[in-house]
Amino acid sequence: MTAHDPDCEKCEELLQGYLDRDLTHKEVVIAEGHLDRCDYCRRRYRFEEHLRRYIRISASERMPAGLLAKLSELRGPTADGF
Amino acid sequence: MSESGAAEPEAEAGRRIASEARERVRFEEEALELADQVYRVARRMVGTREEAEELVQDTYARAFRSWRSFTPGTNMRAWLLRILTNLNTDRGRKLQRTPDLQPLEESDYYLANKLAAAEGEQVLDQERVVERLSQGGVVDALAALPHDFRDVVVLVDLGEFSYADAAQILDVPIGTVMSRLHRGRRILKQKLAEESLT
Repeated sequence: MTAHDPDCEKCEELLQGYLDRDLTHKEVVIAEGHLDRCDYCRRRYRFEEHLRRYIRISASERMPAGLLAKLSELRGPTADGF
Repeated sequence: MSESGAAEPEAEAGRRIASEARERVRFEEEALELADQVYRVARRMVGTREEAEELVQDTYARAFRSWRSFTPGTNMRAWLLRILTNLNTDRGRKLQRTPDLQPLEESDYYLANKLAAAEGEQVLDQERVVERLSQGGVVDALAALPHDFRDVVVLVDLGEFSYADAAQILDVPIGTVMSRLHRGRRILKQKLAEESLT
């Protein structure tokens, strides 16, 4: 619970990149080292990870029935004939 | 090379046409297999289901016309989304002004901290806490993002495109993708916090 600890601040700065797998090896070592030690940041890491998945699931809407058939009709003439 | 008369070039032309037709069919089939994924991204870039359907149809009409400009072996989903975002901009969205943003210097942990304060720190250990946010609320919060930010968040967080692909699709530098993503996610969290805690 040390929100203003400089190590936590550094961890917060790295966390989104960590979740995006966009950190350098050195940064990954720093982030993971801190997450191992810090309960506060570990909770936030799990929260962020879960939040992303939840956003993806919530916002994902399947293609309406019938759209695929409409798209197929747009195919070029060479695709006809079966 | 050989002198076998006029029949040879003709047969060659026939083979070329047949092989091009096969290539085209293969292209069309691959594109159609991606339709659901393309739609899912399109749906969150526009306001209504009807607009999304129309946009996807326009995208496929153009893609099928200009299939020759696709390089086989490259990312077709990104190629289709590039067409789609261009069409979306052409549809007049560029006329919309990005609304002035409220000062926003909240941290990346903003939503987590708000929920932790409201529910108790320990509750963040239970992954269920995220599900206190309504699914409809997530959709509304995304829709409320200024479109420049929304497009990037939708491509990366929903479409699971890399920064590099998103940069290519939107025709902006990769650094712009990263800064819009960073800011877009923060705005999204702020909206989710407002919605779930008021």
